[in-house]
Amino acid sequence: MIVFQLFLVLVMVVAAVAAAAFKDLMNAVIACALVSLMASIIFYLLHAPDVAMAEASIGAGLTTAIFIFAINRTVRQEENEEAD
Amino acid sequence: MRKLISVTLLLVIVMIAVFSVSHAMFGAEGARRTGGLREDGVNFGRRYNNRALDETGAANVVAAVVVSYRGFDTLGEVTVLFVAALGLGALLYGARREKNAKEREPASLIVFTGCRFLFPLVLLFGAYVLAHGHVTPGGGFQGGAIVASGFVLVYLGCRGTLPAGRLAAAESLSGLAFVVIGFIGLAVGGSFLLNFLPRGTPLALFSAGVIPVIYVAIGLKVGSELGGIIGNLAGEVSE
Amino acid sequence: MSFLEDYVHYGGCFALIMVGLYVVLVKSNLIKVIIGINLIDTGINLFLISAGYIRTGTAPIFSGAAQEPGKMVDPVPQALVLTAIVIGVSVLALALSLAIRLHGHYDTLDLRKIKELRW
Repeated sequence: MIVFQLFLVLVMVVAAVAAAAFKDLMNAVIACALVSLMASIIFYLLHAPDVAMAEASIGAGLTTAIFIFAINRTVRQEENEEAD
Repeated sequence: MRKLISVTLLLVIVMIAVFSVSHAMFGAEGARRTGGLREDGVNFGRRYNNRALDETGAANVVAAVVVSYRGFDTLGEVTVLFVAALGLGALLYGARREKNAKEREPASLIVFTGCRFLFPLVLLFGAYVLAHGHVTPGGGFQGGAIVASGFVLVYLGCRGTLPAGRLAAAESLSGLAFVVIGFIGLAVGGSFLLNFLPRGTPLALFSAGVIPVIYVAIGLKVGSELGGIIGNLAGEVSE
Repeated sequence: MSFLEDYVHYGGCFALIMVGLYVVLVKSNLIKVIIGINLIDTGINLFLISAGYIRTGTAPIFSGAAQEPGKMVDPVPQALVLTAIVIGVSVLALALSLAIRLHGHYDTLDLRKIKELRW
């Protein structure tokens, strides 16, 4: 069981780092949805089923939909990092 | 330059945090190990667990805490959601119809029929999760989010438009119902959001006093509010 | 091994908060910054639930006939996190509507250019 929880936490952290590193904003939003999904499974394993349902439906479902509608109306790619 | 400074700052914070919590135990697990959880002293979690079934009649202790013991915080949260939806509607009101220059193609027949078939089933599931919040895991917020995702399905699959006027009316009436139930509790017993309906037997649908009624009002409010937010963001609303 | 069992959830949420803070501080696209705020929200919710977790506990729901309330997990952080998740999504929606209006006005979402355009 501890190996399973460690695996979930590792996938969550790797997905968060990927969400920070992607240049295409749509890919970053999908990585953010993966973070919410892993967090929802961890909530269930921590004996919190109400919070797991809320996080799965709101975090992994509606947040992604809201982000995609906003990206549709604005830019799609992140600009390159210049020397600042 | 900004990148270097911020990475250094974050590494310093990580070092401080790791060195300070190296052998400390915090949280409920730490309290269990280093001296025991006191029964009813300051530990509210223990108190709510022991008394929730007798005092409120709800089998779901989290539902009893959200609606009955900490009902005023839920009222504040419903207010925050309302203000956010209001601000979003006001901000996006002027920029609504600019981007409809290209006409989108309609969805294929299978997607269209499938979404039309699925929408009432999604609403039914959302209503089931709403109404059984005090018996099984679930409740107003989860059921409201499921109802809102049904609206997203209609918008994406059937290319329909969301009725903004009726959604806003449903949201306002549900919020008003929540406050009116609180005032009825004030009139009957003397405290706001008092549990004035009979408690019933646990694990039945009509039990736990006023908790399922409040959860239905909260669920309808959250569902129609999130549906209205999606409609405003997508730009496809009909009056 | 016991160290790992105790601290794996706290380590995960701390890493999430640090990654979110890095994105908010360094990135210059406004929607990327909003994604970072969402990551910080998720990390803090995970921290609150981990603080109420007891190793030999059960979920705080009375199901069936007998469930002893003495062994249940703390229900107050779960109620707080339920509220926090909904407030997080509403703040996100308002921030994204502000980003849409900014894009309509300045025609770019790069924070460096928007700061320079002010004068």
